[in-house]
Amino acid sequence: MVVGESGLGKSTLVNSLFLTDLYTDREIPSSEECIPQTLEIIKNAVDIEERGVKVKLTIVDTPGFGDALDNSDCWKPIAQYIDQQFEQYFRDESGLNRKNIQDNRVHCILYFISPYGHGLRPLDVEFMKAVHDKVNIVPIIAKADTLTPKEVMVMKQRIRDEIEQYGINIYQFPDCDSDEDEEFKQQDLALKNSIPFAVIGSNEMINENVARPIRGRAYPWGVAEVENKVHCDFSMLRNMLIQTHMQDLKDVTQEVHYENYRAQCIQSLTRIGTKDRSSRSKISRQSITELSLLPLAATEKLIQEKDEELRRMQEMLKMMQQQMQQSQGEQSDAL
Amino acid sequence: MSEVVPEPRQKPTVPAKPSCASISMGSQLLGYVGIDTIIEQMRKKTMKTGFDFNIMVVGQSGLGKSTLVNTLFKSQVSRKSSSWNREEKIPKTVEIKAVNHVIEEGGVKMKLTVIDTPGFGDQINNENCCDPIEKYINEQYEKFLKEEVNIARKKRIPDTRVHCCMYFISPTGHSLRPLDVEFMRHLSKVVNIIPVIAKSDTMTVEEKHDFKQRVRKELEINGIEFYPQKEFDEDMEDKAENDKIREMMPFAVVGSDKEYQVNGKRVLGRKTPWGVVEVENLNHCEFGLLRDFLIRSHLQDLKEVTHNIHYETYRAKRLNDNGGLPPVNNPDSEEQHESNL
Repeated sequence: MVVGESGLGKSTLVNSLFLTDLYTDREIPSSEECIPQTLEIIKNAVDIEERGVKVKLTIVDTPGFGDALDNSDCWKPIAQYIDQQFEQYFRDESGLNRKNIQDNRVHCILYFISPYGHGLRPLDVEFMKAVHDKVNIVPIIAKADTLTPKEVMVMKQRIRDEIEQYGINIYQFPDCDSDEDEEFKQQDLALKNSIPFAVIGSNEMINENVARPIRGRAYPWGVAEVENKVHCDFSMLRNMLIQTHMQDLKDVTQEVHYENYRAQCIQSLTRIGTKDRSSRSKISRQSITELSLLPLAATEKLIQEKDEELRRMQEMLKMMQQQMQQSQGEQSDAL
Repeated sequence: MSEVVPEPRQKPTVPAKPSCASISMGSQLLGYVGIDTIIEQMRKKTMKTGFDFNIMVVGQSGLGKSTLVNTLFKSQVSRKSSSWNREEKIPKTVEIKAVNHVIEEGGVKMKLTVIDTPGFGDQINNENCCDPIEKYINEQYEKFLKEEVNIARKKRIPDTRVHCCMYFISPTGHSLRPLDVEFMRHLSKVVNIIPVIAKSDTMTVEEKHDFKQRVRKELEINGIEFYPQKEFDEDMEDKAENDKIREMMPFAVVGSDKEYQVNGKRVLGRKTPWGVVEVENLNHCEFGLLRDFLIRSHLQDLKEVTHNIHYETYRAKRLNDNGGLPPVNNPDSEEQHESNL
């Protein structure tokens, strides 16, 4: 998920990260047309395949964040969305068919911090505190070509101090094993010291005045290269996100955030059902029809959901069967 | 009275109106009279009295307001907020801080007042950001008005009115934010607003061009008249000159107080790994244009428009509210203003 005020280069960065054009032909609306009064949540799904490995990438965009005059509670829709995905997963997990669960949970939020301020703004702090227990936050300093290297360092240090001061739990990189080689450890250390990543994004390839075509931004005074480690941390971010830490992000989401959610959920359920603990143990042995007689509101809900699941499964089966028959018919025609 | 009023506006030709067929039209001078020395006399007088200029800077924190003011006046007239310590940081409400400096150049003394507005646009809820600023501006008009209607008034009324308000637009590259529109719409009626695109080294040449077009269109759609206002152009010459300037506004600027060596010269700029952004290079940013416009050609005009138009509007409104009578100097209600009665 990408979150940040409009104009910080979120779409450009997403395109640069995944070398796709998710946002081609994007018209930038004027200030009356755009800036919806409430935040919108837009999902874009892309199937990326590289060397035989397929990844279904879903990017959730949040236009309208922080753009209104009064931004109180503008993070609520986002927190709700994250919770909804957890809830969906929770239901799927408790359902009958667990082989094809679609994992729509948010594995990582890229939070864009404006480079113009002096560190975190009140809105940044509020947002991160609202979601830091639900999802991995990776803070990013956007449009880092505005800052000189010294300013970047000062800003990073300030942001790190403020994150600590406000007690915000951002995504922590796991420590590497002590038996890894020195180079890997150095890289890992460098990675940890670069948070938040200062990035530049670009969709354009620069062809003139450079040795070979590169992605960058051409200014009258020079070319800021996106993939140059001296210029910005874009390559570090990309490596981290896609090559080295993708699985870890998913694991942390599964093991920590999802489990937190699940624990909270079940706690609230068991609180309703503590009176009838004795009858709970009978649920698994009895058949569905008898269960409907039990007055427990929570279990009834679960049962209804399971019924719906069954119905959905059956419908899907029917559809698949039809498709198979169709394709069989086509195959026989072709032959 | 203010020192602005007695100065006649210098124009190369002063056509006398044909309707009043007075004898003075186009009379030939038979010899050198010496009328043109009045300019020298005025110059001496104003050199003695000095000038004052009050500029207000408004914009979100971190947009380089203080740096730009320092660069404009080539001295440390504004304390940068990046040097504040942590407790001083983003104030909970918009504050107004006025700092005075006297800068001197070529024997001319200028009392420059920079009015900073920390906290503007930084809160989560920014709906009432404009109010403290509007209140401050009106308070200055009120002060001046009170002094003017005094029976025994000072020879030279201290002028604390805001002559120019530089509004810093964040270079998002998209369009104006709702906050920008709100602010400029309210305040373009009470003060001269000069919109400026801050930190423009973040945009490439095409992006700058597109952004400017979009901003200008939006300003037009929202009916925001920034300085120089079209309605105050006095004649064709003014209009032509101001039209040219209006085409180029808002200026996309970069500020810096550090010097670097480029091609053997020392220039003010910002050093990045991929090059040095030169502040005074017109290919890099429009700082030079802004400085020339603000200081070298329209400084006096800003003061005049403030006095003749904005202040007069305020005064008319106040007198109207009071039933056509000047506001009474009430010693009990005004604790700040000393009564001269």
